[in-house]
Amino acid sequence: MRKNACKLRGISKSFGTNNVLCGIDLDLYSGEIVVLMGANGAGKSTLVKLICGYHNLDSGTMELDGQAYSPADPASAITAGVVTVHQSIDDGVIPDLDVATNLMLDHLTRPNASLWVRDRLLRKEAAIVAQSMGITTDVRTKVADLGVADRQMIAIARAMARSPNVLILDEPTSSLSATEADKLFILLDSLREKGVAILYISHRMSDIRRVADRIVCMRDGTISGLFDQQPLDYDNAVTAMLGHAMTDVNISPAPGVKPVLEIRDLKLTENSAPINLTAHDGEVIAIAGLLGSGKSRLAEILFGLHNAFAGTMHIDAKQYCPKSATEAVESGVHMSPKDRSSNAVISTFNITDNLSLPFLRSFTRLGLLSGSKQRHAADQMINQIGIVCQSAKDSINTLSGGNQQKVMIGRWLLEPCRLLLLDEPFQGVDIGARRDIGKHIRGSASGRATLVFVAEIDEALEIADRVIVLHESQIVGEHDNNNIDLNTLIAQVSGAMNSASTSATL
Amino acid sequence: MKSDRFLDFAIRYGFLLLLVMLVFYFSVSASGFASPRSAAFILQSVAITGILALGVTCTLVVDGFDLSIGSVATSALMLSAYSMVILEHSAFVAVLLCIGMGALVGLINGLLIVKFRVPDLLATLGMMFLLIGLQRIPTQGNSISAGMRLPDGSNAEGTFSAAFLWLGRHRFDLFLEKLVPVPVVIFLLIAVGIWIFLGFTRHGRLMYAIGSNERAASLVGANVNRYKIVAYMISGVTASIGGILLAARLGRGDIASGNNLLLDSVAAALIGFAVLGAARPNAFGTAIGALFVGILLQGLTMMNAPYYTQDFVKGAILVAALVFTFYLSARQNAGGKSPTKT
Repeated sequence: MRKNACKLRGISKSFGTNNVLCGIDLDLYSGEIVVLMGANGAGKSTLVKLICGYHNLDSGTMELDGQAYSPADPASAITAGVVTVHQSIDDGVIPDLDVATNLMLDHLTRPNASLWVRDRLLRKEAAIVAQSMGITTDVRTKVADLGVADRQMIAIARAMARSPNVLILDEPTSSLSATEADKLFILLDSLREKGVAILYISHRMSDIRRVADRIVCMRDGTISGLFDQQPLDYDNAVTAMLGHAMTDVNISPAPGVKPVLEIRDLKLTENSAPINLTAHDGEVIAIAGLLGSGKSRLAEILFGLHNAFAGTMHIDAKQYCPKSATEAVESGVHMSPKDRSSNAVISTFNITDNLSLPFLRSFTRLGLLSGSKQRHAADQMINQIGIVCQSAKDSINTLSGGNQQKVMIGRWLLEPCRLLLLDEPFQGVDIGARRDIGKHIRGSASGRATLVFVAEIDEALEIADRVIVLHESQIVGEHDNNNIDLNTLIAQVSGAMNSASTSATL
Repeated sequence: MKSDRFLDFAIRYGFLLLLVMLVFYFSVSASGFASPRSAAFILQSVAITGILALGVTCTLVVDGFDLSIGSVATSALMLSAYSMVILEHSAFVAVLLCIGMGALVGLINGLLIVKFRVPDLLATLGMMFLLIGLQRIPTQGNSISAGMRLPDGSNAEGTFSAAFLWLGRHRFDLFLEKLVPVPVVIFLLIAVGIWIFLGFTRHGRLMYAIGSNERAASLVGANVNRYKIVAYMISGVTASIGGILLAARLGRGDIASGNNLLLDSVAAALIGFAVLGAARPNAFGTAIGALFVGILLQGLTMMNAPYYTQDFVKGAILVAALVFTFYLSARQNAGGKSPTKT
């Protein structure tokens, strides 16, 4: 008999006149992973915040194991056994402390914790937790010295250390590579066996296919679909989430004629094979590769943030070797970096100022900034790329992730360029916004070459004329986006094509 | 809805309203407060602090902090005196030397922070100590005045030139004869200049961007290091101008003056966060912040409050302004995602 670990009935929440949630019913059973799907703005995060005690309910009831549950704050939710891993990793770890202390933080804050910290014991306990999670890093390492993926694992491990009854994971794989994600999935499997009820929020179809026992779709603050018949009907789940069928993007790859960017014998690392690549005018190329495959390194070399070990680059047959981002922009190379919140968003600026930031020079009159010129350009871009907002003067923080990303990409489309680099442009972006962005990138592609750096294969297939696969800093595959054999592509991306040994060390 | 609008209004205009109420209160209860002369006096009393505060505002904008401004000002004070009294330079050379010194100190601060990666507070704290010590070495710790006895037994021949003293003591006519002192005019000019620079040029906008997200700013092609160095150089130059004006007012290189400059000007810049609900460093707010402190102190003095209560009053305003800025605007931001929250 399945035990109903968390039972929500008639949950409603509105902010003023804006009804974010209307009458949500949701059951989480012990030993089951429920995937919650929903486009940005569907109300997923509000629902999570209600369950983990950040917001209060307007109406409805919540029960845990049959007991009424109304957390006053996040701390009391944790005490009740409801643990949440939020999307933003740095909320989950303390960078200046070592791994052991991070894993054991909750033990330190327990009311009956001893006054003295015994490092040796702490490290021993931490090592046990780490081992059960498959974390292999030395527990004495400072978290600040770890990569994003390791931090994410530690944040999740910390949540585990609280031995939750209900675990909520908000897009936990958004910064993990495939192998790291696999580790997480194995862990989720074991938690499921232990009888933890798991609510898993994700956009990634590959994740969903892997973990879901049941799929719940949300749209406009209501449950728009419930799928629990095995095998799960993924296509209808997407339809329920979007409100319309997932129309396949039809791309008829146009072979480029005039070369814009030519990369010759470029070496990303000292020992990797040289990269040769030509990007043509009007062409959109997806560079597909996992985290650590060297695709971000390649983007950064093209944008002047790093030097290559060897090789040359030419733009329009002219030698190109930028020493800084400033020089790259001056040569007509624009880049929208990955991880927008730390690399792109100016959170204290409004939409207009965020949009116009790279090209302020063209918005000046007699040395002074012209507000009307900026607003005009911003309004135009908001219409073109479909940014959903009240006005161009809204703070950037009021936008959803997808719309923020549209602003971050839109800022580089304000002025024409020769080469546009988009590093993980669909990170934390829902399918609707992803389609908008893709459509706009393809629609405006003529007059420049576009390189899109992605880890997800479906994202690559959605946008590119040509897909180039990068693995361990070298090109391992190249395909015109025309009846690509998916199995080959997947094998190349994951490195299975090279040799068994390389994929094992991933 | 109503409380939201009220909160919004309070954040925006609360501080200015408080300022108007203060002026009104003192005008009624302290006779002589509401006069042009008294206004000019207040302006004069805040001019030098205000100039320094405007410089520190520029460093706050790029998310830095300049603790060395007070000692740059006193170094400029000593340097101008040394240059004129002992080296017998003209006023022009003295002023040039001081401004050059300010720019150089700013440059060194900037390089320490940008190239050597010393945290801003520590770099400028170190510079502060260094300058406090350095300005005493040439005169063996003595103040400098015209005709002073030099270490070799002779008397100093040079004097503070009239042109130099004009900077600190001349008053322009405005409706009344000899009303507006030169430092006030310079303060207002610098305030307008920095207000335009920060608020209306692309350089200012990029500096705010650097202060908010340095990495993002560098990835849109802004030369982050150069802007940071420029911010510290502006801060050094304004501080040296403050020191020149102080020297011109005192007419001697007084080793003991300028002790309060650092704290007062930092307070003015921080109070400025609260003006118009900016919640960030801004030139207009800084000028108003400096004025606020000046008006309150002048009013209290005219109502016979003892001088030793002044620092307490300043501290109280600062704490109130900071609460105002951070607590209220945090509440507003929390409501920002749901603007019509009731």
